[in-house]
Amino acid sequence: MSTLTIPSTESPTAAVDPSVKLLKREQRTMQMLLSPALAVVTLLLVVPLGWLFLQSFYSDGFTLEHYARIFTEGIYWKTFALTFKISIIVTIAALLLGYPVAYAITRLPRRWSMVVLALVIVPFWTSILVRAYAWLVLLQRSGVVNDTLMGIGLTDSPLSLVHNELGTIIATVHILLPFMVLPLYSTMQKIPNDLLMAGSSLGASPFMVFWRVFFPMSMSGVIAGSTLVFVLCLGFYITPELMGGGRTVMASMLVSRNIQLYSDWGAASAVSVVLLVCVVLIFNIVSRFVPLEKILGSK
Amino acid sequence: MKYRNRLYQLMGCTFLSAALLGTNASAEDKVTFVSQGGAWQDAQTVAILDPITEQYGIEIMQDSAPDAWPMIKTQGTTGQAVWDVVDTPPLNCVRGGQQGLIEEIDYAKVPNASSMPDAYKTPYSVAYEFYSSVLAYNKDNLEKVPSNWVDFWDVENFPGKRALRNHPLATLEAALLADGVAQDELYPLDVDRAFAKLEEIKPHITTWWTSGGQSAQLLFDGEVDMLMMWNGRVSAAVEAGANAGMSYDQGILQSTHLCMIKDSPNPEAAVKFLNAAISPDLQANLPLHIDYGPGNPAAFDTGKISEEIAKTLPSYPENANKQAMMSYEWWASEKGEAAERRWLEFMQQ
Repeated sequence: MSTLTIPSTESPTAAVDPSVKLLKREQRTMQMLLSPALAVVTLLLVVPLGWLFLQSFYSDGFTLEHYARIFTEGIYWKTFALTFKISIIVTIAALLLGYPVAYAITRLPRRWSMVVLALVIVPFWTSILVRAYAWLVLLQRSGVVNDTLMGIGLTDSPLSLVHNELGTIIATVHILLPFMVLPLYSTMQKIPNDLLMAGSSLGASPFMVFWRVFFPMSMSGVIAGSTLVFVLCLGFYITPELMGGGRTVMASMLVSRNIQLYSDWGAASAVSVVLLVCVVLIFNIVSRFVPLEKILGSK
Repeated sequence: MKYRNRLYQLMGCTFLSAALLGTNASAEDKVTFVSQGGAWQDAQTVAILDPITEQYGIEIMQDSAPDAWPMIKTQGTTGQAVWDVVDTPPLNCVRGGQQGLIEEIDYAKVPNASSMPDAYKTPYSVAYEFYSSVLAYNKDNLEKVPSNWVDFWDVENFPGKRALRNHPLATLEAALLADGVAQDELYPLDVDRAFAKLEEIKPHITTWWTSGGQSAQLLFDGEVDMLMMWNGRVSAAVEAGANAGMSYDQGILQSTHLCMIKDSPNPEAAVKFLNAAISPDLQANLPLHIDYGPGNPAAFDTGKISEEIAKTLPSYPENANKQAMMSYEWWASEKGEAAERRWLEFMQQ
């Protein structure tokens, strides 16, 4: 399943051509160099996933009951609907917040752009758990945000900012923001300044230059970042668990609760498989517009 | 929080199994003991676990899991036990025993259990401690404090933010008590009635907590005004300076038991540990560090527990009379399991 298919350059007549020989040798070396990584991926990713897939059809013999439950019981629909809703909101919010940041990083003088980039990346290196708790402290009833809002008289009673969907969304946006900013930044960086200047020289206003030249060229970054954020958000677990007050049940939490409730890996595996299929589908659709390697930032 | 614990468990399992494989040659007595973390685990470490290491020479590796059942199930079904002894509700021990995941106790090797009444023992487990799910409140924002579940459900006369545990155990009981069911007539639980009553309070619940530590945080920070909590966690929060209180009125008296994982890495040390942990002398230390009652009543005869302390314990007769005793038998029954499954559905609606 994970053997590398390398386009064959071999043809009967070219067997003597030394350059083809060289190419073949190089390919063999590449294959050898790749094999440890492929073995690790196969062992650590493909095997467990296959196991997960098999288990989702198993309960004292072959069964479709786990899938039947997902498609017949309303709570599963509700959970998946909520998961998609939160993921969409988070993606839009991250885009609205992340685009100006990425834009600023590309436009600012180098020294300042490094500072902004660092501000984006440093939280990225901080534990998700720590950040979720930090938000809990900030947003809670007697937290900094509510105290400030009440102090300046914007509200009389503390707002419910956490232990609900809103809290989940705020913390998730914060955690996923770097995944939006970095692809955007890498795309914007490659937009040649000459094109913008050409636009200006032809009499376009700064807004027109941005809207007609810069923005369309940054679209692939927008798609890449949005896809990453959306897909990562679909599988988010810790943040909704901590910030959602027990009511914001997302798909990944359903997986863990299925194990607890049914003590049955099959039930949980089926939910995981459905989630995985959603992710693969999304990547598949998006990759028709933007190449996958671009989304994952290797190009 | 649950995630974190689970993650620690997984990490613990990995490292432990590596460590155990590495040190199998030296046959010293060591056990991996699992409790539920937080104030409760801290208290028993001082009261029982450290003294066991000192007096019996058993090295104890601690782990914690707010809900041990999934891990018990996993370790049993994968045949890779990394835990030896678990402190968990008797429900898990009995259910696990019936499914071949928990070792049957050879009482000949556990002499300390002889002083315990039969009701405190099962073929698979012995009582370790008594605690209570009580109504706790933070006084910061309350004009008058609620004293039982009837008050908790009365949102008009007792306004304020509320929290309950994200688990049916004790929560269904509280709902029925609030609905006027007498405390000694709870079982078998009228599940439909309980969920109907919970539907009533659901819009007023800000947070459904998952771990004891989280509940303590909610109380301590005043994030909610009243909530269901385990009594020992309330006193720990009060000791730490929370402006809080609690009431045993309509509390749900519960216990945790000790049981041993089947085919655990250290079966002999596990039995030794189990016997030591329920010795009257060490059990008597428990109430000195947390307001939980000893699982072995012989602890009261050691003279260590003063009348003053005894009065604060959930199993003290005067307190126990105000409470409902949880029937783990009912929860282990098919109806109990069905009620547990219905919980997820209830939470999602």
